[in-house]
Amino acid sequence: MAFDVQTATAWITASEAVVKANEARLTGLDAAIGDGDHGANMARGLAAALANIAEKEPATPGDVLVAAGRGIVAKTGGASGPLYGTAFRRAGKALGDATEATAEQVGDALEAALTAIKELGGAAEGDKTMVDGLAPAVAAFRQAVADGGDLASASVAAADAAEAGLAATVPLQARKGRASYLGARSVGHEDPGAASLALILRALAEVTA
Amino acid sequence: MTVGIVLVSHSPAVAGSVADLAAELAGPSVAIRAAGGTDDGRFGTSIELISAAVRSADSGDGVCVIMDMGSSVLTSKTLVEDLEDEADAPVVRLADAPFAEGAVAAAVLASTGQDLDAVVASAEHAWSMRKL
Repeated sequence: MAFDVQTATAWITASEAVVKANEARLTGLDAAIGDGDHGANMARGLAAALANIAEKEPATPGDVLVAAGRGIVAKTGGASGPLYGTAFRRAGKALGDATEATAEQVGDALEAALTAIKELGGAAEGDKTMVDGLAPAVAAFRQAVADGGDLASASVAAADAAEAGLAATVPLQARKGRASYLGARSVGHEDPGAASLALILRALAEVTA
Repeated sequence: MTVGIVLVSHSPAVAGSVADLAAELAGPSVAIRAAGGTDDGRFGTSIELISAAVRSADSGDGVCVIMDMGSSVLTSKTLVEDLEDEADAPVVRLADAPFAEGAVAAAVLASTGQDLDAVVASAEHAWSMRKL
């Protein structure tokens, strides 16, 4: 299958649903080391993403992701707003005018999202952030495509890698955001941003299956 | 020439109070605007509030934006990127400065008619103004 308007819209729809279903868990993770608003913020941002997609009626999958990003930036309210919002917008722009993006193009879009998040937030791998989920996920997605995998199998590889990356944030000490003020006390918890990222990439695997 | 100042905080009260403080010390010639909290009044950051504050503060000589931390910084950076795509957008510079001290330093210098580069530099120089 190709990544078209329907698939892109289904991805954002599924992301909103899974984040809403996990809102309490994300907020609980964030309450442990952050400011305890990640679940509510992400739910609000993704709901705004869906509303903006419905309003803009985008004609390409790239425009779907750009519309989602704009909604997220406008309404999320926390640091995850500009980070996820810019990530979706850059991913959408990377898809260009394609009406049916290939797995390779989706890999390029995910790479553009990773680059955007690193530039905006200044985080590197190992800082206990969403980058610890997204960086291995992008690498796994591209490797799967290079090995001849399709969009569905590459998306599963990315989701698996994001979940492994999330688990690997537990022993890390945070070097970005509110959690970084906690120093060693940030060790022993999953990073909330890596947790929401894993949910969103699992949603991609589900809608492309 | 008068450079505008925008103060971005997670807290509407902090942004507003620091704007009042800076205005008291800089006098009435400088447009100082607060962009605190979310668009529905919660703690957080709103790109729409920051954008509106920037447009209100700009008199054509540019706007110096001073942020507290976290999403204030990230959202302001995102706005700067958005404005690059917009024709006739205000010229905006983000100052890497302590919030209250940088706001006062920027506002006082702006009141003397210095340009945007000088106002941003003044805000950033506030890091080196030791208190003890």
